[in-house]
Amino acid sequence: MTMQKTSFYAILLAIIVAAPFLFPDFTTQLATLWLFIIVAMTWDMTGGQMGYNSLGNIFFYGTGMYVAAVIAIGLVYDVGEYTGASGGGRYDFTNEQYIIGFILGTLGAGVFCALSAFVLGYVLFGLRGPYFAIGTLGTAIAAGELVSNWDWVGGGQGITLPVYGGDYDQTKLFIYFAFAVVGVILFIFLKWLYGTRFGAAINAIRDDEEKAEAMGLRTLRYKLWTWAMSAFFVGMVGGISAFQLISFEPLESAYQTINLGIFMVVCVLLGGKGTLWGPIIGAIMFQVFKEVTWNYFLGWQWVALGALIVITVVYFQDGLMGWLQQKKPEWFGIRIDQKEAASEAAK
Amino acid sequence: MDQILGNIDLLIQFPVVNLKIIIDGVMIGALFALAAYGLALVWGVMNVKNLAQGDFVIGGGYVSWWLANNVGLHPLLGVPVAFVVMWGIGWLTYKLVISRVIERDLFTSLLATFGLAIMYAQLMNLMFGSDTQSLVLDVSILGLQNNYYFADGLIDLPAAKVIGVVLAALLATGVILFMKRSRMGQAIRATAQDARAARVLGIDTEKVYAFTFSLNSAICGAAGAIIVMVWVIQPFYGITYSVRAFVIVTAAGLGNLPGVIAAGLGIGAAEQYGSHIFGIGYQQAIAVMLLLAVLVYRLLQQKRNRQVLQ
Repeated sequence: MTMQKTSFYAILLAIIVAAPFLFPDFTTQLATLWLFIIVAMTWDMTGGQMGYNSLGNIFFYGTGMYVAAVIAIGLVYDVGEYTGASGGGRYDFTNEQYIIGFILGTLGAGVFCALSAFVLGYVLFGLRGPYFAIGTLGTAIAAGELVSNWDWVGGGQGITLPVYGGDYDQTKLFIYFAFAVVGVILFIFLKWLYGTRFGAAINAIRDDEEKAEAMGLRTLRYKLWTWAMSAFFVGMVGGISAFQLISFEPLESAYQTINLGIFMVVCVLLGGKGTLWGPIIGAIMFQVFKEVTWNYFLGWQWVALGALIVITVVYFQDGLMGWLQQKKPEWFGIRIDQKEAASEAAK
Repeated sequence: MDQILGNIDLLIQFPVVNLKIIIDGVMIGALFALAAYGLALVWGVMNVKNLAQGDFVIGGGYVSWWLANNVGLHPLLGVPVAFVVMWGIGWLTYKLVISRVIERDLFTSLLATFGLAIMYAQLMNLMFGSDTQSLVLDVSILGLQNNYYFADGLIDLPAAKVIGVVLAALLATGVILFMKRSRMGQAIRATAQDARAARVLGIDTEKVYAFTFSLNSAICGAAGAIIVMVWVIQPFYGITYSVRAFVIVTAAGLGNLPGVIAAGLGIGAAEQYGSHIFGIGYQQAIAVMLLLAVLVYRLLQQKRNRQVLQ
C-alpha cells in the first residue's frame, strides 16, 4: 500500500515536471491550470473544511498582484513616478533585479495578504452563512473600485511591469515552475494540516460552531489562522500572476470578482467540497471545460460558464468526489452499517 | 484632498446645490427601492437571495428599448410591456432553477443566482451589444415642457425624471395594495410567516413561490423600463443594482416596507453626495462600502445583544 502510494506520487511529480516540456505550446495554459488548482484548494480550506463560504478570496489575489508589483518596482524605482509614466518612460530591469523583485514580491504579497486576512477576518468572521459571502464579496468589489481610483498604483490603467531580459520561452517555463512549486508545497502542507488537531478543529467549526465553542475551541482564532494561511497562498499566486500577465488593471484582471473569484468556488463544487483531491480534480475539469468553450463556442463561452455554474450548484453540489463517495464508499475506507446504508458518508 | 474640501465648500456656499443633489438622489433612490422591495419579497417569502436582481432590471430596460426602436412603441407604454415580459422570464427562471434551490442552504441560492446573473448579462450582451443605451422620453404631446428650471436655472428638473418617480410610486402603491387586499397577496404573506402552516391550511405554496418570483422579476422589469428613460442601461450594469438592493434590504430588514423605501431614498441621496464630494469614480465604491458599513453595524448591534445574554 505504501509502496503503491509512493510510486503514485513519484509518477505524479514526474508528470508535473515533464508536462511543459512535453507540451511546449501549452505552457501558459498549464500555468493557468496550476493557478486554478491553487486558488481552488485555498478556497476549500475555508469553504469546504471550515464551512465559511467566501466569495471574496479574489481580494487576496488582486492585492497580491499589486503588492508584488509595487515591491518589485519599488526596489529599483520610485513607484509613483513609474506608474505616472504608465509605461512611457524607459524603465528596465536587469535579470538580477527581476529575479530578486520576483522572489521578494511574491513572498511579500503572501505575507501582506495573510496580515490583511487577520484584519478583515476580525470584522467579517462575525457574519454567518450568506452574510459572510455577501460581506466578503462586497470587500472584494470595494477594494477593486478603490484601487482603480488610486493614482499612485496606476489608477484604472493598472501597472505594466518590466519584462524579463531573457528568452520568452524561458520566462514562460519559469512562471510555470513558480506556480507548480507553490502548488506542490500547498498540497503537502494541506495533506499534513488536515490530519492534525487543527484540521479536526476547523471541521468541528464547520459541523457546529456553537458546539465547538462550547467544547472550548477558540473558534475566532482558528478561523483567522485558516483564512490567513489560505490568503498567504492566494497572495503568492497573485504575485506570480502579476509577473505572468506583465500588464494588469484593477477591475478586469486583478480584482476579477466575477471571473476567477467565482470560478474558484465552481472548481471546488465540481470536484467535491471538503476533500483534499476534490478541488484539484474540479479545477482540471473546469479548466478543460473553459478551454473547450473558449475555443469552440466563442461569444457564447460566458453563457456556457454561467450555465455550468447553475447546473453544478443546483444538481451536482456534492461534486465528483461526493458522488464517488456515495457510489463507492469502500474506496474512501468507509464501512457502511447495514442499518444506515443510505446515510451520508462520514470520514 | 484639496478637491474634496473644495467640493464640500461649494456645498456650504451654495445651499441650493444641496437641494439639487437631494432631488437627484431621491429620484434614483425611488428606483433602487423598487428593486429592493422585490428582493425583500423573494428573500422573505422563499428565503432565496437573488443576485440576478439587477439583471432583471436591465432586462426590463432592454425590452422597452428594443420595442421602442424596432416597433416604435412609446417609452411610457414600454413600462407595462416590460412588466409582462419580465413576468414570463421570471416564471421560466423559477421553474428551471429557483424551484430547485428553495429548500437548500442559503449559499446555494446565492451561488445559483450569481451564475444566472452572469448568464443573463452575457445573453443581453450578445443580443443587444455592449454599448450604453437610453430612450428619449418626449412629453410635449402631453402638453408638458421637457425641462423645468428652478432657482435661476441652478436646478433643472427633467420631466422624464419626475414621470419616472411618479410611475415608480404608482407601481409601489399597486404592489402594496395587492399584497394587502388580494387573496394571492394574503397567501404570499401567510407563506412568508410559516410555509408549513400555510400548506396545512390549503395554500398551494408552490404556486405562491412561482407567483412571488415572477412578481419580483416583473417589478424589476418595470423599474428597468423607467430607468432606460431616465438614465442609461448597459448589459453589465446589473450587478450595481443587485448590490444596492442588497444594501437596502440588509439595512432595512425583511418585511419592513417603510424601512425599504426610506433606506432606498437615503442610499440614493448618500450616493449622490458621495460622488459629488469624492468624484464620480467613487460612486460604485460608495454603494459597496455602505453595504459593508451596514453589515458591520448590524454585527456590533448583535454583539451587544449577545453580551446581554451572557
